Amino acid sequence: MRIEYHIEGGDFSSGGSASSAVRKTLKQFNIAPLLVRRIAVVLYEAEMNVVAHAYHGTMTVDIRPTGIHVVIEDSGPGIEDIDKAMEEGFSTATDEVRQMGFGAGMGLPNIRKNCDEMKLTSTPGEGTRLEIQVNF
Amino acid sequence: MNVKNMQEALGYECLAGEAWLDRPVKGAYQSDLLSDVMGKAQAGMVWVTSQVHKNIVAVASLKELSAIIAVNERKVDPEVIEAANEEEVIILASGKPAFETGGELYRWMSETKSG
Repeated sequence: MRIEYHIEGGDFSSGGSASSAVRKTLKQFNIAPLLVRRIAVVLYEAEMNVVAHAYHGTMTVDIRPTGIHVVIEDSGPGIEDIDKAMEEGFSTATDEVRQMGFGAGMGLPNIRKNCDEMKLTSTPGEGTRLEIQVNF
Repeated sequence: MNVKNMQEALGYECLAGEAWLDRPVKGAYQSDLLSDVMGKAQAGMVWVTSQVHKNIVAVASLKELSAIIAVNERKVDPEVIEAANEEEVIILASGKPAFETGGELYRWMSETKSG
């Protein structure tokens, strides 16, 4: 089963709605609650990264018998230094975004901790692609 | 220990999610950083925060937190309350600063667990 969601950059009030929709679908499939919570963390962080940093993006979710595979692709400024971006505490978020409690530099580390496979690629000036897999 | 016991003992005002006050409380986490809550809070915990924007509802719902406790006299917008009611998220207001709120909550939880 494949579902695609649009994510709008800067739209904090709708931020998290794609993740919430996937979570509800997974619950209907009777996926173990612990797994659903891990997937929710991964999707939320990935979705909010697009909201906080990019212009717009898509989240494509593939639910397979063996696990969930998600690709989040955005058009945006991209990431200059991926190793740096993966470091806990590092963030390029604006002050405005930080005041809302985002930009703590924990988003990508949270994704890494909660998924089984993660592939992050980016072209500065164009956008970012994040591919993640969580096995059931 | 459920949200209703906690709300009554500590005098919190219920702003959203009144229908789910019998939800169990399994501890608490206090933070204003959303990713910190996403990473460290556990399902069933109450979340003490001074953030009152709409995204707290998504965090509480995705992490299956038992309630949000907004500190100080932070005004919670009707739009946030409406989203919380839709997502079955409880929002309480402590009316006190974060430090006092956390301290009272800690004492209440310790006494309730041992008593």
